[in-house]
Amino acid sequence: MGAVVAIDALLQPQRVWRGRPAAAPAGAQPTGHAGLDAVLPSGGWPEAALSELLIPADGVGELQLLWPTLARLSQAGERIVLVAPPYLPFAPAWRQAGVDLGRLQVVRAGTSRDALWATEQCLRSGSCGAVLCWPLGADDRALRRLQVAAASGRTLAFATRSLAVAIHPSPAALRIAIDAAPAQWRVLKCRGGAVPAQPIPRTG
Amino acid sequence: MRWACILLPHLALDGVLRRCADPHAPRALVGGSSQRRMLHAVNPAARALGLRRGMVLTAAQALARGFATDAYRPEEEGRWHRFLAAWAYGYSSQVSLQLPQALVLEIQGSLGLFGPWPRFEARLREELAALGFRHRIVAAPNPVAARVLANAHDGLAIEGDAPMRRALGQLPIQRAGFAPDAATAFARMGLRTLRQVWALPRDGLARRFPRELLLHLDAMLGERELALESYRPPDRFDLRIELGHEAESSQALLFPLRRLTADLAAFLAGRDGGVQRFELQLEHDRGAGTRVPVGLLTPERDAALLFELARGRLEQVQLPAPVRAIALGAAELPPFVPVHRELFDPRPQQAMPWESLRERLRARLGEDAVHGVQAHADHRPECASLSPPDMPTRREGVSTDVAHGPRPGWLLAKPVPLRGPMPRLLAGPERIESGWWDGGDVRRDYYLARLADGQDAWVFRPVGGGGFMLHGWFA
Repeated sequence: MGAVVAIDALLQPQRVWRGRPAAAPAGAQPTGHAGLDAVLPSGGWPEAALSELLIPADGVGELQLLWPTLARLSQAGERIVLVAPPYLPFAPAWRQAGVDLGRLQVVRAGTSRDALWATEQCLRSGSCGAVLCWPLGADDRALRRLQVAAASGRTLAFATRSLAVAIHPSPAALRIAIDAAPAQWRVLKCRGGAVPAQPIPRTG
Repeated sequence: MRWACILLPHLALDGVLRRCADPHAPRALVGGSSQRRMLHAVNPAARALGLRRGMVLTAAQALARGFATDAYRPEEEGRWHRFLAAWAYGYSSQVSLQLPQALVLEIQGSLGLFGPWPRFEARLREELAALGFRHRIVAAPNPVAARVLANAHDGLAIEGDAPMRRALGQLPIQRAGFAPDAATAFARMGLRTLRQVWALPRDGLARRFPRELLLHLDAMLGERELALESYRPPDRFDLRIELGHEAESSQALLFPLRRLTADLAAFLAGRDGGVQRFELQLEHDRGAGTRVPVGLLTPERDAALLFELARGRLEQVQLPAPVRAIALGAAELPPFVPVHRELFDPRPQQAMPWESLRERLRARLGEDAVHGVQAHADHRPECASLSPPDMPTRREGVSTDVAHGPRPGWLLAKPVPLRGPMPRLLAGPERIESGWWDGGDVRRDYYLARLADGQDAWVFRPVGGGGFMLHGWFA
């Protein structure tokens, strides 16, 4: 045990290959927030996968996180579907954010089961650019179904849930918790890379 | 090879069998007068029991038991004949129903589109098999020859006059399509094949047989054109299936429903049309029938899609009584315009177009479950955002935005009183006062407020006093 080498000293000269290329390829689905793109392994949203947004309460900014992406997709002609949103999307604000309202569709669903079914159908169809849902009582199995549907339809899926479920594991490829005060995003899980230790201050 | 004849030897029986869940169970069609019921047709399983066509029903029942019977209805047979003509109309503009139990269609003009005859024929056979009709197909230079050759052959394709004469010449007299007494007379004269009939002197034939016989011989050889009446497809679709038992649940109706929608799709494909609105009618023993209207946003004709939509509607129906029969009627058959698809679609192959997805969602969640979002130039927040039922994909026109303060992404359907401690007001007040002319009078001061746990809310206070009301979230 004579030679104790600090691991930092080994890594510093970059003589050990760490299995990840130094420069990550530019993401195909940037979030539109430079700070967030820089820390996410794919340089943006994980493609064809479920991303989970965890919010402590209504009105803390899940739309501000999503709007740049939705604006980019809708202007590229992709369809955006909101399945059973908790409130009415207010057209002037969405348009101000740059979302092409002609590409926005809302699906009303009576029960949470219907909402999950509709979300899965939309994801699986492959005819939508992004599908947003608010699975309230969704269990692990339901989320896994959504994840598989998103993969088979190659569609971006966003599930907004309560921060209280952050302690449970989730099959989502990316989990971001949104904090109100201080205004920041915390990446809880990201597939294909290390979870960034520092929270990202909110922009925009 | 200008004409094809599709002979349907078991038309009436196939029409009955195709609506049975198990077509391999023994089954017979019974016709004749009520005093003397006779078997009109039997399926292979019934034949294996020893039943034959023309047998008296009581004799058949003495011979075998455990076979199902259906009444033979000539008008049913005619309906299936017309249905198949509508199907064949998709392959040729000249389809004739004039010859009994057979469809005659002109194929020369269709070969360019549907490929050489073997491929075309294979396609016809495949679709007929899927529709559940046994058939024999023969192609020949003229319609009468095709029909006559179909009596003895299946899959024969003849091109040119000489091979046609050769094939016809070998045909037995009994199968040459003569009237029965003429055929008997020929047989008694010692003639066996058609060639021997041709060898007879023509004036002798004209003297001894009715005029139709010579006309038939001439038409068969193409020396005289037979004027065939062309089929014209009707402008509406109606089909009714009697179940033969009482269906208590909508689950039991799915099999006949699949047949109905598949037939509708075949009919529409033949007509090159689509259907936008059709109606299922469920008939009960007593009382009025249940009507299930199925509406679509755009004309469609895909069999699987139509079935799924009809099923979605049917499953929501509460059946007041057991169902005896199910009928499908479609009166509006607008032209079908396929949706435009990209050649290089970035999405996977099994992708479902949005139109189909929307119909599927509407079928299960309700007629108005899917809607768009549209901005409307109105100061009142309740009126500034509309939900049009069907959003035509249009570009955003001139911005109707008026200069105003911050607007939230989420709007509450109805303002609710704001509970909790006094919020911190970040922006405002913004006075919105409008709508006195249409009864929806609004006089409010709006604020952007930060609540205790960091939420950004859009709140207002009615002018003239009152507490804060929550109207939206800046999410």
